[in-house]
Amino acid sequence: MKTTELPRWASAFVLPVLNLLSALLVAALVIHLLGENPAESLSILINSAIINPEGLSYTLFYASTFIFTGLSVSVAMKAGLFNIGSEGQMYIGGLGLTLAMLSLDHALPAWALIPCAMIGSALFGAAWAWLPGYLQARRGSHIVVTTIMFNFIAASLMNFLIVKYLIPEGQQNPASRVFATAGEMPRLNEWFPVLGDTPLNVSFLLAIAALVVYGVMVWRSSWGYQLRATGLNPHAAHYAGISISRMIIVAMLISGALAGLASVNSIMGSTHYLSLNFPAGAGFVGIAIALMGRQHPVGIFLSSVLFGALIQGGFDLSLEKPNIPQETFIFIQGLIILFCGAMENFYAPAILKMLNLTGAPQQKG
Amino acid sequence: MQANADVSFAIAKGSIHGLVGENGAGKSTLMSILYGYYNANSGHILLDGQERQIRTSHDAIGLGIGMVHQHFMLVENFTVLDNVMLGTEGGFKLAAQRAATEAKLREICERYRLNVDPLATISELSVGAQQRVEILKQIYRSANILILDEPTAVLTAQETASLFAILRLFKEQGKTIVLITHKLQEIMDITDQVTVMRAGRVVGATGTASTSKEELANMMVGRPIQSELPRAPFKPGQAVLKVAGLQLEDKNKVRLLADIDFTLRAGEIVALAGVSGNGQSELLEILSGMRLPSAGKVEFLGRALPFGKRRDADGLPAAFRALGIAHVPEDRLRDGVIKDFSVMQNTVFGYQDRVTNRWGLFDFKAIAARCAHLLKAFDVRPSDPDIRLGLLSGGNQQKVVIAREVSSKPKLMLVGQPTRGVDIGTIESIHAQLLKLRDEGVAILLVSVELEEVRALADRIIVMSGGRVTGELNIDEFDTTRIGLMMGGMHKK
Repeated sequence: MKTTELPRWASAFVLPVLNLLSALLVAALVIHLLGENPAESLSILINSAIINPEGLSYTLFYASTFIFTGLSVSVAMKAGLFNIGSEGQMYIGGLGLTLAMLSLDHALPAWALIPCAMIGSALFGAAWAWLPGYLQARRGSHIVVTTIMFNFIAASLMNFLIVKYLIPEGQQNPASRVFATAGEMPRLNEWFPVLGDTPLNVSFLLAIAALVVYGVMVWRSSWGYQLRATGLNPHAAHYAGISISRMIIVAMLISGALAGLASVNSIMGSTHYLSLNFPAGAGFVGIAIALMGRQHPVGIFLSSVLFGALIQGGFDLSLEKPNIPQETFIFIQGLIILFCGAMENFYAPAILKMLNLTGAPQQKG
Repeated sequence: MQANADVSFAIAKGSIHGLVGENGAGKSTLMSILYGYYNANSGHILLDGQERQIRTSHDAIGLGIGMVHQHFMLVENFTVLDNVMLGTEGGFKLAAQRAATEAKLREICERYRLNVDPLATISELSVGAQQRVEILKQIYRSANILILDEPTAVLTAQETASLFAILRLFKEQGKTIVLITHKLQEIMDITDQVTVMRAGRVVGATGTASTSKEELANMMVGRPIQSELPRAPFKPGQAVLKVAGLQLEDKNKVRLLADIDFTLRAGEIVALAGVSGNGQSELLEILSGMRLPSAGKVEFLGRALPFGKRRDADGLPAAFRALGIAHVPEDRLRDGVIKDFSVMQNTVFGYQDRVTNRWGLFDFKAIAARCAHLLKAFDVRPSDPDIRLGLLSGGNQQKVVIAREVSSKPKLMLVGQPTRGVDIGTIESIHAQLLKLRDEGVAILLVSVELEEVRALADRIIVMSGGRVTGELNIDEFDTTRIGLMMGGMHKK
C-alpha cells in the first residue's frame, strides 16, 4: 500500500532543505546574469556571515531580533491567527521601551533599568496587539485586516510622537535622545573577546530562552494544548470547554509582547536611541521565519540565523562585488519566502513517489 | 502494513455485487486499487478475461470503471451540466459542446429514469439528487462498471428506495454494479452476489439468496453477534437531571425548542427519538454547556446549572464537565476530536487540566499509561497511541471518544448518535459500554435517529418534533407506528 503522507523526517528536514536549495539556485542564476560568479559569491557570503567570528556575531545579532518577531508570529499562528502586525507591535514596543528609558535612565542602575525597559516594551507591544485580538474575539473583525491597519497607524503615530515630542530640541535627526549608558544591553564580547567588535548582546541569550519557554509552553503544557486545539478546530475547542475568545486575546497579547521585546535588541543592543522606522521590516521577516520554521523552536532558530546571515553576508558581498546591489538580498529573501512559504509542499509529491518506489520504511497509513 | 492480502474475487457481468466488511476491513482500499488511486504490490486484475493494468484513475475511466464516492465530488455553484462537462470539455469553445452534452444527458436521464435537470444548480439539489448527478457523470463517461461507496449513508429511506430502483434498471441494461456497504439489509435487498471482507482478507463469498443477515454479520465480525445485550433490571435511582420549561430561540427569533420538560434518573437511559433536526441536537448542546437556552431551568443533582447571566457559552462546557456531565457529541469530527492530534492527545481532550502537574505542564507518563489502558479496554485498533487520530477509521475514532467520556466517571452522560457511520462489531461494543455505564448507575440521555438503536438501549423514550416533546413512552410500550406518528407531530399526550 502507498503512503499518502510524508514521514515526519521528510517533511521536517528534506522538504525545507530542498526548498532552500531551490531558492539559492534561482539566486545563483540571477547573480550569474549580473555578471558575477555565483560560487565565488556564495563563498564570500558564507565566509563573511558564518565563518568569520565577527561576521557570525553580526549574523546572530540580526537573528536575535528575528527570533522574537518569528516567535511573535508563531504564537498567534498556533492559535489560528495570522498576525501580520508584528512590525507595528515591535515599533510601539520600542515606544514603551523608550518612555521607560527617558524617565528612568538617570535614576536607576543597569540591573533595574534594563528589566523596566523590557517590561515597557512588552506591555506596549501587547497593548497594540490587544485591540485587534479583542475585535477578532468579540466582534469578528478579521485579524489580518486589523493588524495590517494597525501597522499603518503605528507608523503614523510614531512619526508624530518622535517629530513632535521625542526629538531633542535643536536636533534635525528624527530620533529620541541617546539613553544613559546604564541602559545599554551588556555585549557578549565583554566575555568572549574573540567575537570582535560586535553589537551581539544579552538579547541573544534572552531569545534562546524565549525559544525554550515557547517550546515548553506550546507542546508540554495544558495551555499550549488548548492554544493548538483552538487553532486546529475551534468547534472542538469550544466543546472541550476552551474559551475561544479568551484564547484569541491571550494569544495576541503574548504575540504582541514578543514583538515588543524584539525592539530590545535593536535599540538597547545597538543604537541606544529610538529612531524613525527602526524595525526596518523585522516584523515582516518574522512572518517568513514562522512559516519557514513551521512554528517550531528549532525551525525558528535556524531560519532566523539564515535571514541574519543573508543581511550580514549580503552587506559584505555588495561591498566586494559592486555589480551585486544590496537590493539583491531583498530579492533572495523574497525567493526564500516564495519557496519555503508559498510553495512549501512543492516537492512533496516527488518525495512521496520516491519513498513509495524505494519501499523505504513507511508510517502506518 | 498490509491493508489487503490475497484478495481474490470475481464479479459477474450484469450483476449487482455487494462488498461488506467492518470499517477498516479493506473494502475501500480494494476499490481504490480498482479505480487506480493505489497500486497493488502484487496481483492481477482481469477485465472481460483480459489482464489490465490500472495505474491511475484515467486508466480506470478508460476501461469503463466509474466510482461514486461517499463524499460527492461536485462544484456546488455549477450546474449539473457544467459538473458533468468538467474535465471532459473538449477545446476552447464551450457552446457547441454544451448543447451536445445537454442532449446526451437528457437522453441518459430518460433511459435510466434519473430525474435530474441538467440545468439545475448543484447547491439547490437534495442529497439524493446530487448522488444521481454523480451517477449521471459516470454513465456519461461510459462507465460499464459502477462502484458505489456507502451510497445510502446520506439518504433517507425513500431516496434509498429510488436509488435501488435505478440500480436495478442499470442491471437490466447490462451494467455491472459493485455496492460497498455495511448495512446488511441492503445487501439482502438488492445484490446478487456478496463478498465479505475482514482484516484485509476475503472471508466469504456467496450468492445472496443462499445466505442470511445473521450469517453475514457473523462472517464480518468473525464471531457470533449478540442481538440482545444483557442489561440489569430497570431500577432507577434519584433524579439527576430536571429540565423545566426550556426554550431556545435563534438570532432571528425562530423557536428551536419550546416548553421542554422531563426528568432523567440515575441508572436509566432515556432516548430522545425524532427525525433529525427537530431540536434534539440543540437540547444536547444546551445540556452540555455548548449553547445557552433562551429561558427555562435545568437542575443537575438538585442544583441549577450555571447558565446564570452569561452573555455566551464560551468556556461553559468546562464548568459542566467539572460537575460530572460527559458528552459524546453528534458530529465527532467537528466537535469531539482534533484529527491532527495524536490518539493519545485526544484521550485527554476536554480533560486537559486534569492531567497536569502543579506547573500546568502535562504529566506525559500518566497520560500514556491512561491512554494505553483505554485503547486496550475499548479495543481501539490500531492500538498505537502516537498515530494521528484522523488516520483511524470512523468506528475507532468513536471508540476513542466514548472511552474518554466514559473514563471521566460522569454522573450524567449525554450521547449524540453514538454509532453514526460505525460498523456492526463496533456498534455492539459501544452499546455494551453504554449499558454497562447505565448498570453502574449513570444517567444517560441518548439522541438517536435510528429506532433500532433506541430500542436496543432505552428504558424510556421521549419523542420530539418541531422542537417540542410530542410523546413519552416506556420501552415495553415500544411500537414503531405509534412512535412514527409522534415523530410526525401527530400525537400529543
